[in-house]
Amino acid sequence: MSAALLEVEGVVRTYASGGLFSRHRITAVDGVSLRLDAGRPEIFTIVGESGSGKTTLARMILNMLAPSGGTIRFNGADLSTIRGGRARLAFMKQVQPIFQNPFEAFNPMKRVDRYLFVTARRMAGLSNETEIVEATDQALLSVGLSLAEVRGRFPHELSGGQLQRVAIARALISKPALLVADEPVSMIDASLRASIVNLLRDLRDRLGVSIIYITHDLATAYYISDRILIMRHGSAVESGDARTVLDNPQHSYSQLLKQSVLSPDPPSRPGASLNA
Amino acid sequence: MSEQVREPVLVVSDLRAYYRTSSFGVEREVRAVDDVSLSIEANEIYGLAGESSSGKTTLIKTIAAAIQPPLEVLAGSVVFNFSDRRVDIHAVDRRELAAIRWKHLSYIMQGSMNVLNPVRRVRHSFVDFAFRHIGKPMPEFLQVVRNHLQRLHLAPDVLDAYPHQLSGGMRQRVTIALATVCRPEFIIADEPTTALDVVVQKGVLAMIHEIQRELGSSLIFVTHDMSVHANLADRLGIMYAGRLVEEGRTADVFRSPRHPYTAHLIASLPRLGDTSPKKGLDGAPPNLANPPPGCRFHPRCPRASDICRRETPPMTWLAAGHRAACFHPEPEQAA
Repeated sequence: MSAALLEVEGVVRTYASGGLFSRHRITAVDGVSLRLDAGRPEIFTIVGESGSGKTTLARMILNMLAPSGGTIRFNGADLSTIRGGRARLAFMKQVQPIFQNPFEAFNPMKRVDRYLFVTARRMAGLSNETEIVEATDQALLSVGLSLAEVRGRFPHELSGGQLQRVAIARALISKPALLVADEPVSMIDASLRASIVNLLRDLRDRLGVSIIYITHDLATAYYISDRILIMRHGSAVESGDARTVLDNPQHSYSQLLKQSVLSPDPPSRPGASLNA
Repeated sequence: MSEQVREPVLVVSDLRAYYRTSSFGVEREVRAVDDVSLSIEANEIYGLAGESSSGKTTLIKTIAAAIQPPLEVLAGSVVFNFSDRRVDIHAVDRRELAAIRWKHLSYIMQGSMNVLNPVRRVRHSFVDFAFRHIGKPMPEFLQVVRNHLQRLHLAPDVLDAYPHQLSGGMRQRVTIALATVCRPEFIIADEPTTALDVVVQKGVLAMIHEIQRELGSSLIFVTHDMSVHANLADRLGIMYAGRLVEEGRTADVFRSPRHPYTAHLIASLPRLGDTSPKKGLDGAPPNLANPPPGCRFHPRCPRASDICRRETPPMTWLAAGHRAACFHPEPEQAA
């Protein structure tokens, strides 16, 4: 068995809710396990509806949230043992997030290149000005942009697609081994969505980055994923090779999910497909 | 419903609506809707597609006469032919508008979470919106509402619930019931299922389709999700950068898109069971404060030529019921 990049073993996360007297617990993630191998980059998709716990799981993998139970190991090291600034930084260099809404991920009052420079300085540990510019430009080139295009621009001057590319470039500056992308295309316009999805696939093939792709959209999941995990109410209901699972789902919930996806081919009579 | 040929219920002619601001002497003009003409027949679902900032919400606002500065209608008209009257929506006074709204022209909004008053029971929302239009005493009015909810397969108990006690899908169903309780002739639906999960979305769309067919109303359905249009709309209009660029029967537009933008949009849709490479479109939608001259799509268009950079292509009929605004339309695909 090859070494594991990421091992998630039976993680549980509960949230307490309610007041002093009517306290109850909500189990957002309930015993989910998954494993990504090192040296075999892949796109691992987590699919689920809202409230299925997919974002909570992502936050735990990013070490932004501690699991209530179970363990998460990255390169063999348990995330709960990461203590202190230096160890945290070393982890963050390796595992980078991409968020859903690029317009919210960037401060509207700051120029976008500042984020890239700050990331290069902090995450990649560069101090020399030319090295910083070089690393930033390199990262932007790998997402199909260049520093000349974004230098001095504010977030509102870029389109959603461009801004999401900048966000991905920012994540790539520290040369991570794993990207966690939470709904990276759901806020992007249709004409630009395909290029972002293609970019993720391209990063896997060219840079050898593994990507955890979180989405509710089965069609893009089918398009780019290697493996898939379907979540419902915090538990994994089905997982495996993406095409196999989606072509022939076994669990009743996966089947329902697949049936509910609207096909982009018009039915013989408008509305005929809705009442099935 | 009568069998004779009826006039279209809605006729929009050469509508031009801009956002105009002037601050500290700096004039700014955002051309959100430019020269849009379309008509919508009785008992028809018209799908309006387009990405963000393509002007589809502005178009809807001008149709609903919800015009607030800095939005201004510069030219064109919006005329409704309701069964008992003909209304130029921008010419009527407030009182008449209030009488038309909800009774003849209603609106299903996107944020169902925010539409219902969170501190009052759902029943009060029905009273606030529909009571005066139905014109019956309270007990009978509530009976009408209960019957209507039952027809939509909703338990009448929801009337006594607070909005937070209902799930997202349920709340959206309640807003649909609210918008249709007066049996309006024209319904505007602005992204009503965008915030919903796929499983719930399908049920809500089925409900919208069912109620529309039952009432025989016209429905204009706005969403950027082409899969929703494919499954719901009778006819489809595609907007790009403030202009209507293509219009036709849904099946025709999907089978044989004629405008290069539409063609790209449809070709890039991901499908289950399909892993063939999809291409993204280069560039970005233009800034409508300063749109490119000529065809607004030309900087991104693979078929663009000189004329596209100079002149604005007019909407041209290319086949029966199918028109597009392009100098170099894609060839027609056989059925």
